[in-house]
Amino acid sequence: MMNMRLVQPADLIDLNAVAGLDFIIEKDDCLEIGALARHHQVANSPVVKKHCALLAEAAGTIGHYAIRSRGTLGGSLAHADPAAQLPLVAATLGAEIVVNGKRGERRIAAKDFFVSMMSTALEPGEIVVSARFPKAGAGDRHAYLQFSRRTGDFAIVAVACMLQKRKLRIGVGGAEDKPRVLEDFSPEEKPEAIARSVREAVDPTESPRVPALYRKELVEVLVKRAVAKCLSSS
Amino acid sequence: MPEFELSVNGERYSVRAEPRKLLSDVLREDCRLTGTHVGCEHGVCGACTVLVDGKPSRACLIYAVQMQGHEVTTIEAVAKDGKLSPLQQALHEVHGLQCGFCTAGIVMTFEAYLRENPRPTEAEVREVLSGNLCRCTGYHNIVRAILRVANEGRDAPA
Repeated sequence: MMNMRLVQPADLIDLNAVAGLDFIIEKDDCLEIGALARHHQVANSPVVKKHCALLAEAAGTIGHYAIRSRGTLGGSLAHADPAAQLPLVAATLGAEIVVNGKRGERRIAAKDFFVSMMSTALEPGEIVVSARFPKAGAGDRHAYLQFSRRTGDFAIVAVACMLQKRKLRIGVGGAEDKPRVLEDFSPEEKPEAIARSVREAVDPTESPRVPALYRKELVEVLVKRAVAKCLSSS
Repeated sequence: MPEFELSVNGERYSVRAEPRKLLSDVLREDCRLTGTHVGCEHGVCGACTVLVDGKPSRACLIYAVQMQGHEVTTIEAVAKDGKLSPLQQALHEVHGLQCGFCTAGIVMTFEAYLRENPRPTEAEVREVLSGNLCRCTGYHNIVRAILRVANEGRDAPA
């Protein structure tokens, strides 16, 4: 953002030196991951792969190796790029974002945390300290697919799909100003039919470089493939 | 202008630089280590990749002041006593570079990656290499060079 001269902050505080924020802890019902956990660490963590495979898979597609080695979970969530992997996964899984500041700790549901393009429910003086991702149950399945013009670019559209308790939940990133989650699809429905209804539901922003219609097409194709992949995975 | 100490390739450098000065610029202009190249200046091209505490990082996405207390490793430290590293030697032998602008970043990326995954598949090499843009070679010989290093020590070369 600063290299592109899109923001010019007067002051910056480097959080990298804050000790104890790079944890990955398994709790009874969730995985709690510290804001300074690096994407590479999240993608390759055996605990994350076991209990939150969607998160591990998506984190492994962020940028490139050097970017994943340095980039953090908290940074990605707070940045809130509408096409980024971690906001999409957090929204799709119904994660909680834990923030802290002068007024103390708050836990914010992902659906309330992401407000709009690159804007979150963080108040001035607050930082993201961790995120709590629900653990997948036995028999849950997932799929993650994205389309970008070059490997490692931000996705034009990304789709995350979860099959849980005979219900499909579909998250779409990149189409709107924040991740969009659609729930309660039946796995008995044809992937083509689900894809058409998600296409109808999303309202992509028009842009000279990526027409809204093109994003709708991508949403339909990726949802169809993600649902098929999710239902056929084990 | 603040003055601070950096540790680069095991040597201490005393630097006077604005806090907003990027690590890539400080390495080149203040430490006089011009092996680190600057391409896109926004983290995409990979030319400026260095190691921070052994992990690959874009020097253009870090301020030099952030590196106090950390160890930075640049391309200048890869060859030891004038002897190329196995990866550098392989790049030389299989023609894995042409103009060489991207090469420093590629060497730093894979010096780190091959320590973490010493026997990568070609698909893994290509995935990691996607973070370094090269406009000359078409990548094939870079991949060959990396796989040659990875296959050294195997019973049957792939």
